[in-house]
Amino acid sequence: MSETMTGAEMVIRALHDQGVEHIFGYPGGAVLPIYDALFHQDKVQHVLVRHEQGAVHAAEGYARSSGKPGVVLVTSGPGATNAITGLADAMMDSIPLVCITGQVPTHLIGTDAFQECDTVGITRHCTKHNYLVKSIEDLPRVLHEAFYVAQNGRPGPVVVDLPKDIQFKTGSYVRPLSNQHKTYRPTVKGDMEHIRAAVELMANAKRPVFYTGGGVVNSGPHAATLLRELVRLTGFPITSTLMGLGAYPASDTQWLGMLGMHGTYEANLAMHECDVMINIGARFDDRITGRLDAFSPFSKRIHVDIDPSSINKTVKVDIPIVGDCAHVLEDMVRLWRQNAHQADKVALKDWWGKIEGWRARNCLGFRNSNETIKPQYAIQRLYELTKDRKTYITTEVGQHQMWAAQYFKFEEPNRWMTSGGHGTMGYGLPAAVGAQLAHPDALVIDIAGEASIQMMLQEMSTALQYNLPIKVFILNNEYMGMVRQWQELLHGGRYSHSYSESLPDFVKLAEAYGGVGIRCDKPGDLDAKILEMINVNRPVIFDCLVDKAENCFPMIPSGKAHNEMLLNDYLGETGADIGSVIDEKGKMLV
Amino acid sequence: MLQMKTHYPDATRVETSHRHTLAIIVDNEPGVLARIAGLFSGRGYNIESLTVTETEHEAHISRITIVTNGTDSIIQQIRSQLERLVPVHRVVDLTLTGEAVERELCLVKVVGKGDHRVEAMRLASAFGARTLDATLTSFVYELTGTTDEVERFIKLMTAVGLVEVSRTGVAAMARGAEGIR
Repeated sequence: MSETMTGAEMVIRALHDQGVEHIFGYPGGAVLPIYDALFHQDKVQHVLVRHEQGAVHAAEGYARSSGKPGVVLVTSGPGATNAITGLADAMMDSIPLVCITGQVPTHLIGTDAFQECDTVGITRHCTKHNYLVKSIEDLPRVLHEAFYVAQNGRPGPVVVDLPKDIQFKTGSYVRPLSNQHKTYRPTVKGDMEHIRAAVELMANAKRPVFYTGGGVVNSGPHAATLLRELVRLTGFPITSTLMGLGAYPASDTQWLGMLGMHGTYEANLAMHECDVMINIGARFDDRITGRLDAFSPFSKRIHVDIDPSSINKTVKVDIPIVGDCAHVLEDMVRLWRQNAHQADKVALKDWWGKIEGWRARNCLGFRNSNETIKPQYAIQRLYELTKDRKTYITTEVGQHQMWAAQYFKFEEPNRWMTSGGHGTMGYGLPAAVGAQLAHPDALVIDIAGEASIQMMLQEMSTALQYNLPIKVFILNNEYMGMVRQWQELLHGGRYSHSYSESLPDFVKLAEAYGGVGIRCDKPGDLDAKILEMINVNRPVIFDCLVDKAENCFPMIPSGKAHNEMLLNDYLGETGADIGSVIDEKGKMLV
Repeated sequence: MLQMKTHYPDATRVETSHRHTLAIIVDNEPGVLARIAGLFSGRGYNIESLTVTETEHEAHISRITIVTNGTDSIIQQIRSQLERLVPVHRVVDLTLTGEAVERELCLVKVVGKGDHRVEAMRLASAFGARTLDATLTSFVYELTGTTDEVERFIKLMTAVGLVEVSRTGVAAMARGAEGIR
């Protein structure tokens, strides 16, 4: 049955029909009719953010922690342009979002009207797809199609730009029988011949390693379950990218830790020495591969990815499998069982022996202190004191993010939300707001740095308004630590603008927002204060004053290969010249 | 000074570049050409020639012919990246499916008197160009042919008073009975 309603009402109805419960937004002139339609209903709850970028990151946190698409509503012009960073972030990390932007009325488009910008033009490169709706007849289809495109295939953000006159126009709304785009049909089922060849290769492997990524998390909890089954069946070691943490439990003995630039010694060396690499839902990012011509030189490679353009983009693979991780993993598990495949036990025992040798280097070891809080220690304690709870971790970007990835152990998928591809400082606080909204009873912690947190700090106000008891755990070293670390490695330790001056008093700041502020600067007080933070049912800013000089290791320096890692102890007791590690070619890299 | 064109060591770039002609079937919707052109510029691919027009009016389907060049892996990336775009139905590499039929049309205006004018007429006749317009001092010729033929024609005409050129870019189709829809 079709119903007659305005374009603005169609937006709300379509959201409701899609099962959307929460949207993140900020009103403005070009979306007033939609805000009026929101006012007249109570099915879709609107969360008022304090900046449109915050709305998008909150929707990302909501989406990643719940598996549902995130929805954003912003106005034209500055509303849309403020959302860009978030959209680019969601594009890089494949997060399903639908972002509805207001636009000036159709007859004013192209006249440089007040708060007009070419939203579809600007967002073309940072969205999976976008629409400018110029006719009320198209609106119901476009709204539902947007959800289909955002969620199917490799997920991503979709923008629907909606001129104000279309919002006022009346038309007939029918929920389409299918949301499907008329031609867009991503491949989800992998080619059986290739899967068979992959399983065959795995069964004959002497030194295999699983290298998994965000694709497993995006594919849903079922994919993580199947991955665990396959890894245990085969007995192979497994490592994962930053985006894939939690798909495989970090407490398991087959887990090698994260790989890549700040990955573990054992994970990176396993990648370097392996003879069969099984990449599931990862994209050979440059943070993972390091120097490409020296990347995993002895391996045959299997690559499972839903996006054909990820295959052979930077690293050549031997067996490409285009498909959804869960589908392909299911086939792999079935084939492995059906053919009663056994891994080469003798070879595997040797391989594990080698890996144990690398593990014995204890690459994440650090010299703890009784005087100052080591950032690694702070994360370790945070993990130990929260591991028995339902905990969701978000991060900003920088050293604290890498320490969180290294020292916090994730057992479940969807519990770890971080800006991986785009590397957006300011992501963590709004993402925590979104995650807390999706999981009201969970403990949601934004592990932050004192520099990053100031980029989206205003969202504290959102947390207070909606009684979202998020915890902001700041590793405060009064530096943009990762920038400083690179300046030490590349620029002779000249700390050009990488120190945090005129910092606010974060305790008072928390209180100014109406939250709780806690400061800790002694290792001995840390546990008690972390418990205090956990036990407060209100938003908290925890100002953890940590060792200012600590750097993030292990590290593969720019232009180096996996077997050329720097470990924590490479400088020795005396401290050699850190600036001599990277050569001229490496300095050109990012 | 350091001379570095790429992030990565030169060793990884040993493949040679080839010219490829791609046929791209797309929904003819607003912005589709901008998506494709933007993809090429954003990812640093080359466009040597681009031709586009709606080919099926009822279904609002356009066919875009792009001539590009790159190594085999770059060409494969271009195809995969194009296929990621939601309005793109399919991408066919006509260079891979065998020697494709390729034609482009050019309009050439030459101005001159005396020997130049006579020579221009002879050349046009030798290439089989049609005369679309003539005055006492000028001609407009139409030539349809391969890109190479058109290039040769234009080069020769330069010597006899060429003042203006307009070209369509390449239209291409695979040989044989099989059709692309």
